[in-house]
Amino acid sequence: MARFILVRFARAFLTIGVVVTFAFVVLRASGDPALALLSPETPAEAVEAFRKAWGLDAPLWVQYVKYLFAVVHGDLGQSMRDGRAAITVVGERIPVTLMLTAPALILNLMIGIPAGIYAALKRDSLGDRLVMMVAVVGFTVPSFVLGLLFILAFAVELPWFPSGGAGTWHHVVLPVITLGLGGAAVLARFSRSAMLEVLGQPYIRAASAKGVPWASVVTGHALPNAAIAVLTIVGFMVGNLIAGTVLVESVYSWPGLGSLLVVSVASRDLAVVQCILLVVAATMITTNLTIDLLYGMLDPRLRQLRSGRR
Amino acid sequence: MTHTLNRLKADAASLMREEQGPRREALLHIAGLCVAFDGVPTLRGINLTLARGESLGMVGESGCGKSVTWLAALGLLTQRAKVTGSVRLAGEELLHAPASRLDKVRGGQIAMIFQDPASALNPVHRVGDQIIESLRLHRGMDHRTAQAEARRLLDQVGIPDAARRLGAYPHEFSGGQNQRVMIAMALAGQPDILIADEPTTALDVTIQAQILELLRQIQRETGMALVLISHDLGVVSEICERVMVLYGGHIVEEVPADSLFDRPAHPYTKGLLAALPSLDGPRQRLLAIPGVVPNAAAFPPGCPFAPRCNRRIGRCHEWAIELASLDGDIRHRAACLHVTSERPAGEVVAA
Repeated sequence: MARFILVRFARAFLTIGVVVTFAFVVLRASGDPALALLSPETPAEAVEAFRKAWGLDAPLWVQYVKYLFAVVHGDLGQSMRDGRAAITVVGERIPVTLMLTAPALILNLMIGIPAGIYAALKRDSLGDRLVMMVAVVGFTVPSFVLGLLFILAFAVELPWFPSGGAGTWHHVVLPVITLGLGGAAVLARFSRSAMLEVLGQPYIRAASAKGVPWASVVTGHALPNAAIAVLTIVGFMVGNLIAGTVLVESVYSWPGLGSLLVVSVASRDLAVVQCILLVVAATMITTNLTIDLLYGMLDPRLRQLRSGRR
Repeated sequence: MTHTLNRLKADAASLMREEQGPRREALLHIAGLCVAFDGVPTLRGINLTLARGESLGMVGESGCGKSVTWLAALGLLTQRAKVTGSVRLAGEELLHAPASRLDKVRGGQIAMIFQDPASALNPVHRVGDQIIESLRLHRGMDHRTAQAEARRLLDQVGIPDAARRLGAYPHEFSGGQNQRVMIAMALAGQPDILIADEPTTALDVTIQAQILELLRQIQRETGMALVLISHDLGVVSEICERVMVLYGGHIVEEVPADSLFDRPAHPYTKGLLAALPSLDGPRQRLLAIPGVVPNAAAFPPGCPFAPRCNRRIGRCHEWAIELASLDGDIRHRAACLHVTSERPAGEVVAA
């Protein structure tokens, strides 16, 4: 088991390295920050001075080695836009984004999983059809369309909530519901199919045949097996807590990490973009690792496979 | 001298068995049991009586209704299945009984084991916990007592090192061992009837014999009735006292096991026997029954076997099939026009 975790950690660092390198190359290949940040009228000497100041005049590989060296020492660079450390600029946006994504995730789980289980248990009933109809709408309509519709309905036509910005809890409601519905729809469909798959297994009929009451068959025999499949999609959602809100934040002008990413990419604020990507990669990798460990807890077959092999 | 005495004893014992046989108390009574899935009939009126301690074999091709009979009796079919008729256990009607009552019957009075033991056990629960679940449901034991009893049961079904194996998961057992666990789980509720639905089909041949021997031994020890569902005529005739042959949702022949090979009456039973390869004697072409089981949705009128039968006559298609006894032997009955017409004159031919 210790070896299993060690291998996973090594792999995680490798992944982060790849992400960092990729971001570095792509950002520099796609445009000159000096031209994006400075106005077109800036004199040529000033542009040169800017390049020199940020080390952009050195060959790419020199910049890369310097950057890697800095990253390893915990220095993620400075924002070109406001001169502060990139990690500070990014760090102060994380809680703002979590204010949207954490309640949205809870909403996802609380609506999506019960709805999916209900639909599976009442398969082909009116309730099942209704849940699945809503779910199909929920995950085929893109979040920004849903967001705009909500703004139109509940901010413009019925002025119950502000159309954007942050400040009071009123501002949170529409973006959280927008994020929550899409996620809940995905989870509902996934939980339903996972549950149906399990309910069709011979051990479910065998449990009934030995006299286990149906409610206990569902909770004690079906759910623990279905949970293994549902965990995958939940892990994906948790991994998206930090970065999955670029569109919704833009629609609602929410000052979180997503908005920062859009602005920073547009202005080629290299250090900030790289810092955001690093944070995103780290959360994804951490959740994946956690999910992998949870799999072992839920599924004895996997647990043994791991301890047996290593 | 001793020899003669022993023979006398054996004769007396067999006489007593003969005497007791028919008089055993009827435990389960199934009458006119019909099952239809989405309006397509699968079971077309099953009548059978099971006595306490009896062993009954049910044979037939897949889809003939041998498993469905018992799944329907225990209310284990999906909502899509429409079940009619009557299933009485010690006088009590089970069909459409409330779920709370059925939960007591299932496992407690009628237990069932299945074809593929590896997938009939829940992969995420320890086998000990799965046995203990039955013990707590049907015998109201607390955890400690149940643990000890589960150990004893694993011992009884021949799993070595039972105490330690209670903590193992199904994937850590072989197929044969999993079937032993299933049997232990079935025994946990001290049922009156054990339904074994093709218990050895998914197992290796060498393991098959062990599991069958275990079933026979356990039946002897506990005195419960055993219903063995199989498509293997040899297995069934060896383990069971009585054999029922099913075809197209009907019972087409009911025969004491010792007459099955010597005096089969129904052309379908004869066909099944002819399709068995023989170990001794010259090599010869295996005889297969021509044709396939008719599609349940497009079932022929009259005798369901008629389209494949080499003794088919015109009347076969108009006949409402019914079991009739052979040569006055009430234990041997068949549903065939020829069987009934061959009977001595004076008896009424089923019309």
